[in-house]
Amino acid sequence: MNIVWFALIVLAVIVGAILGNMGAVTDAALESAKTAVELAIGLIGVMALWLGLMRIAEKSGLVQMLARLLRPLLRRLFPDVPTDHPAMGSMVMNIAANMLGLGNSATALGLKAMKDLQRLNVEKDSASNSMATFLAINTSSVTIIPATVIALRVSAGSTAPSEIIGPTIVATTVSTVVGVIAAKLYQRFTKPQQPSTGESAGEVNDE
Amino acid sequence: MSESVQGVLGEVGAWAIPLILLGIVALGMLKKVKVYELFVEGAKEGFNVGVRIIPFLVAILVAIGMFRASGALGLFVKALSPLLGWIGFPPEAIPMALIRPLSGSGALGVLSEILTTHGSESFVGRVASVMMGSTETTFYVLAVYLGSVGIRRGRHTLAACLTADAAGLIAAFVVCKLVFG
Repeated sequence: MNIVWFALIVLAVIVGAILGNMGAVTDAALESAKTAVELAIGLIGVMALWLGLMRIAEKSGLVQMLARLLRPLLRRLFPDVPTDHPAMGSMVMNIAANMLGLGNSATALGLKAMKDLQRLNVEKDSASNSMATFLAINTSSVTIIPATVIALRVSAGSTAPSEIIGPTIVATTVSTVVGVIAAKLYQRFTKPQQPSTGESAGEVNDE
Repeated sequence: MSESVQGVLGEVGAWAIPLILLGIVALGMLKKVKVYELFVEGAKEGFNVGVRIIPFLVAILVAIGMFRASGALGLFVKALSPLLGWIGFPPEAIPMALIRPLSGSGALGVLSEILTTHGSESFVGRVASVMMGSTETTFYVLAVYLGSVGIRRGRHTLAACLTADAAGLIAAFVVCKLVFG
């Protein structure tokens, strides 16, 4: 992430200087910072709603029920996560919300899943194998109905805006399967995590 | 066709959340848990999570915003285009493929431009639509998700996610080729 971030900024400044776009770069930097905060603030309410509901779902056993139902699949995907751990439930809920195209709600549940996975993580400042697999599934976006794309096609005057639903489901399934395989394959070539010492296990390390 | 789809979309959107909400609270009542207290207790954390992701959102959005505004993104697309064109990718859809993992709003912009100039029933229009629907803004998601729990090293996460994106983009092209010819 360090290198990617640095590269984006260096290239932006160099190219901006050469093409004489420095004014636009300045505006973009300040405008993006503002957008970022607005996005995060906008998420707080939805976040609170889902975290509240998930607490009820956990206490009443719904999350565990879901996880038990999908146990054979989940155990293979996330061998490091105990089947009755809350992380299983929140990951299932996040993927379901993604499938339904519930945008912000999916993000809220996804962040909850990360928090639950972090509790099991042995090295708190690096991503666990389960996190990598979960994020590969998440970013390959298992969408059933690509609502934004359909809306855009309608506004562009499409006569068959929904014809792309079928192909989209096929493509998204391919990317999800490849993502899981890639995560499982690459973890063999990545340095294993070292248990971190001196930190209170269980709580999120927030500086 | 378009009206019925919009109708279905509207229905799914309108029913999903209220039903999930009711279902969870009803089950809680059935299991005799204190639904109201639990809800409030869980919801309390919402603010912290929202605030905790701000620095990571600022970091990634500022960098990508600068990259886009400087014209570097355009150059990047131009530089990589011949490579993708070489495997038979429609040239107009290439910017879409490269911008998608970096910027969601950027990709939407490219898609709407393709749909307006080439038409939504053109091959490029279809491929670009499927690409948009079947992939995610990977860099943004990783920055926010990993950042929210204080993770600095993603290990193999980025590589796995980008591999999935590449597979999704190629699959979008191949499936459209098969379905729409």
